[in-house]
Amino acid sequence: MAEAKKESKVLLEAKDVSEVFGGLKAVSDFNFYINKGELVGLIGPNGAGKTTAFNLFTGVYQPTTGEITFGGKSIVGLKPYQITQRGVARTFQNIRLFSELTVLDNVKIAFHDHVKYGVLEAVLRVGRYYKEEERIEQEALKLLDIFHLKDKAGELAKNLPYGAQRRLEIARALAAGPKLLLLDEPAAGMNPQETQELMEMIRWIRKKFGLTVLLIEHDMNLVMGICERIYVLEYGMVIASGTPEEVQKDPEVIRAYLGGEG
Amino acid sequence: MDKFSGMKYLKKNDAVLLGFAIVLFALLQGLISGKVLSSFWQLNVLIIGINIIMAVSLNLINGYTGQFSLGHAGFMAVGAYVGVVLTTNFHAPFVVALLAGGLSAAFLGFLIGIPTLRLNGDYLAIATLGLGEIIRIVIMNIEYVGGAAGFKGIPHHTNFAWVFWLTVIALFFIKNFVNSTHGRACLAIRENEIAAESMGINTTKYKVLAFAIGAGFAGIAGGLFAHCFYLISPNSFTFMASFNYLIMVVMGGMGSITGSIAGAFVVTFLSAALASWPEFRMIIYALALIFLMFYRPQGLFGYMEITSMRPLNRIFGRPGEKKEGGRTDG
Repeated sequence: MAEAKKESKVLLEAKDVSEVFGGLKAVSDFNFYINKGELVGLIGPNGAGKTTAFNLFTGVYQPTTGEITFGGKSIVGLKPYQITQRGVARTFQNIRLFSELTVLDNVKIAFHDHVKYGVLEAVLRVGRYYKEEERIEQEALKLLDIFHLKDKAGELAKNLPYGAQRRLEIARALAAGPKLLLLDEPAAGMNPQETQELMEMIRWIRKKFGLTVLLIEHDMNLVMGICERIYVLEYGMVIASGTPEEVQKDPEVIRAYLGGEG
Repeated sequence: MDKFSGMKYLKKNDAVLLGFAIVLFALLQGLISGKVLSSFWQLNVLIIGINIIMAVSLNLINGYTGQFSLGHAGFMAVGAYVGVVLTTNFHAPFVVALLAGGLSAAFLGFLIGIPTLRLNGDYLAIATLGLGEIIRIVIMNIEYVGGAAGFKGIPHHTNFAWVFWLTVIALFFIKNFVNSTHGRACLAIRENEIAAESMGINTTKYKVLAFAIGAGFAGIAGGLFAHCFYLISPNSFTFMASFNYLIMVVMGGMGSITGSIAGAFVVTFLSAALASWPEFRMIIYALALIFLMFYRPQGLFGYMEITSMRPLNRIFGRPGEKKEGGRTDG
């Protein structure tokens, strides 16, 4: 595993990261890397620290100790919006859409950092305003089309069915123009067929947008089906990592998931 | 799905709205010049315009950005006092006084916004309420502007044309701001601050920006208000005044410019129409609000704008409308 890792290829890396809430160690001695173009899964029982890891990567939490780098540069101390501007976008475990806004506006908002007109141009509607608005509208519609949401563009996000809301979250994250996409339980609450479609979609967008993808997931079919490498967390520590086959055979993982001595 | 017709409908809607404004101006100016309106109602037409600026600028902060501010009258006071000092003591042109008042209020909003906008919900409401009062009490203790007795000898600069066109400018400014990527950033903050931040939006920057723009227009409205009268006193800018503007915004619909116009109109018109029965005024006022909150808690317009209402489809263009004619029903 260590030899597979080459410095120049690493996109995101966490070294000896710990996160302490009061007396609780949510994550400890967390070592992690993801190479450019990889699709990596993060699994583990409830409360293992998976979402905490996401929150550390995206700047929602600051690590108590340790170092996190993105593209070779430290991102510790940056605000979430600054990390997004460097190329990390995410979805949320408990969906966080802009629910009173339309599906189209949800996606348009995420283009924010890539829109090239100032406040004055917007207010006076001169200069690049119309051209840029037209461009982001077309790009937003293109994204919605990919996620089969184009015919719902004018609807309020809160009125979408659950599976569509999950897809909209991914579309919105892509609009932010990320190099690394973090998906927090993208298949939660989906039926097997929707999960299957989601799997295809993740594969497809990864190729199409040249993305690196890290996902948290409980659905083992999805994780084992698409991930190239998997990290298994338990009680805030990495207990195993490797290819899906390696992880599935690992006695520690079997013990963590099935209990007992194994 | 039909093809989206690009951005042409925006220009069309602007032209329609501007045309409507010119017609409305001609009509009202005719009523005023022809002395059809009594001087009492002439003054109230001015107050309606000023209140529209106040309501729509407060709506930018409360309705669109979701930051609950209760100190709007304080910024109005800053604009009013800066304005009257410039026109009365320094004989500055009216437009300079208005601009200076607006900019001072915006600058104060910017300074106050940085620390207070870290607070959320109730805490922000209480902090802004306190700040509004502080501004008023500071003015009350400045002898130079007349203290509690008020500032006397203000030239009567405000007329219908000033109020009308500045209201139109304020409405277009805020409409265009809201319908841009910057305005959408504010909406995102209202809807979900964590998600907004993780979509690359600098939430602090946009909260402060919305607050400063809102305060700036309140300052301009204050300048217009002050120059309607011979005397202004700090009592015009109490917490109750701030509350009154909030009622206009809530009544019309938080997050609707059309709503703010309607709210400002209804509230100002009601209190003017009931001026002869002051004892009934507050009762009717309160009952109207209670019924509204029972039957239409989102306000008269909710999030709706006049440009997106179905019966007006023929007048206003909309996104997604087909170019070759669209609806054919009659």
